[in-house]
Amino acid sequence: MLDRQTQGADSNALIAKILAADETTRSELLARTATEVRVSILNTIIGPKMGHIGGDFSVADILTTLFFGVMKLDPDNPNWQERDRFILSKGHCSAALYSVLAMRGFFEIDLLKTFMAPLSALNGHPNRRKIPGVEANTGPLGHGLPIGVGCAIAARLAKADRRVFVVLGDGELQEGSNWEAAMAAGHRGLSNLVAIVDRNRLQQGAGTEDTNRLEPLADKWRSFGWEVHDVDGHDHRVLYDMLSQPGGSQPRCLVARTIKGKGVSFIENRVEWHHKVPSLEQVQLAHKELAV
Amino acid sequence: MNEISQAPTVATFDCRVAFAETLIELARTDHRIVAVCNDSVGSSNLNAFQKEFPDRLINVGIAEQNMVGVAAGLANGGFVPYVSCASPFLTGRALEQIKADVAYNNYHIVLCGQSPGMSYGELGPTHHSIEDFAWMRALTDLTILVPADPRQTRDAVRWASTANRPVFMRVGRFKIPSVTPEDEDFVPGRASRLRDGRDVTLIACGTMVSRALGAADQLAQKGISARVLNMTTIQPLDEAAVIEAATETGRIVTVEEAIIHGGLGSAVAECVVQNKPVPMRILGVPHLAPTGSTAFLLDHFGLNAEGIAKAALELVG
Ligand SMILES: Cc1ncc(C[n+]2csc(CCOP(=O)(O)OP(=O)(O)O)c2C)c(N)n1
Repeated sequence: MLDRQTQGADSNALIAKILAADETTRSELLARTATEVRVSILNTIIGPKMGHIGGDFSVADILTTLFFGVMKLDPDNPNWQERDRFILSKGHCSAALYSVLAMRGFFEIDLLKTFMAPLSALNGHPNRRKIPGVEANTGPLGHGLPIGVGCAIAARLAKADRRVFVVLGDGELQEGSNWEAAMAAGHRGLSNLVAIVDRNRLQQGAGTEDTNRLEPLADKWRSFGWEVHDVDGHDHRVLYDMLSQPGGSQPRCLVARTIKGKGVSFIENRVEWHHKVPSLEQVQLAHKELAV
Repeated sequence: MNEISQAPTVATFDCRVAFAETLIELARTDHRIVAVCNDSVGSSNLNAFQKEFPDRLINVGIAEQNMVGVAAGLANGGFVPYVSCASPFLTGRALEQIKADVAYNNYHIVLCGQSPGMSYGELGPTHHSIEDFAWMRALTDLTILVPADPRQTRDAVRWASTANRPVFMRVGRFKIPSVTPEDEDFVPGRASRLRDGRDVTLIACGTMVSRALGAADQLAQKGISARVLNMTTIQPLDEAAVIEAATETGRIVTVEEAIIHGGLGSAVAECVVQNKPVPMRILGVPHLAPTGSTAFLLDHFGLNAEGIAKAALELVG
């Protein structure tokens, strides 16, 4: 196994390649990295036989694009003041976040093997007191965006040009706190803030539209004063363009159309895979599908 | 009763089953009963309820503050809402709704804190509900029930339908053995004396009751006679039973799957110190937990028969 620094250096080299590449090569490299992220997620959750694979896979392309293409970060100096801020508001998808953080060199990849093990730093939801690169302890839904708004205001007060990215679940948007934050961000024109909604249309027990309707979702954000883009949340080209583009005069929201469980056919778009864990056979099948 | 201590052969139960079955049973004849939840139909074991009473299950989505407010409106319309939600989000997120909309209004609403304590072990402190006793106890209008097995869960769910006042109850998911004697009737506000003793009293609730009985067994082998009280109702507290324990056994150990500040131990201590001061130990969770399963964390914090017996031994000296 690579140690943390080598892993970090390797990922820096990869990022340099991604940034220098033409559009097509860049998306290919990001897609390949996203597959590695999915494999890492799979390996991570089969240890404790716990986790949220559906939401992990649906958000994998978004996280990969952010961590390997867009955000200014320094894994050797995780508290570098000018870093971009990232908050995974749907904190149950910690295995996805831990995977990109480890692959990016924030901590040893080997640590992933301790996911949810007794006394591990990697508990089921990310903990900033234990893991570098985690900005906020999330898990209870509806916390990320308010914190993101605060981060964006802080950057403004400091006259810094760092950006703030918050990834939200779509079911999560049923929490009112999101809309309090959305209103504040719109009101203040926080153009350094980007919210990405992982719009996979499923929540824990059913479809979002059968539980508590979100549509017309893009219009909701727009009416709160946000610049809104409806994008394919698995298309690295579009994700890269929309995320790397500097903000205009409003906060930006990507409603990223995704497939829960994306990447493994029998997991895709099935509500029961919110927190089901694959059997050994299914793990092999999943590895096969991801390898293609 | 002796076999109840940690013997691996003892059958253990997830109290959500008794909760859901009893709620359905009640709803068949009591048409005031509705269930209110937050995308938690499956985790609350309410699938069968939803099937039988689709209109009477109100799933507001992932929106706990709204959930509790909606329950208050339903109570205003004459319904008896059982609000079923993971305890950390019910008591944490919707705390002010519980204070103002439920308790202060004195509505007949049954708040069912699912997966309480450290039931969600590995998911970490955001998903633990060790503060719920402290938070709920600060709302003096609430009756707080902590069933210690399926039978008590059933009785508590039944009683709550007649309470005519706000009730908070924990519904456990961590599997626990039965502790309630067959012939015991559930009386809210009354401690149940599961074991008599002279040297020390162990006062426990919920998941800790079977472990306190295990501790009493271990103490008996050392010649120490321990009384065991199952304090199912932690508010209002059975002060008579506590004062009696202080007077007759001279020492008290409390044990709960909750933060040691503001819960069962605090309630007992408030009573003891003002009526019959005796030495006490308050066992529970001292601070936010590290990563680990529920079983691991309970052992980690000494919340097992050995840990309880050790604390009692220290008191007896
Ligand atoms: C406040 C709060 N309520 C309930 C939960 C339980 N919960 C965890 S994940 C989840 C569903 C989330 O759905 P969504 O935001 O769409 O995420 P995804 O489908 O991408 O996994 C729920 C209800 C929680 N974590 N926090």
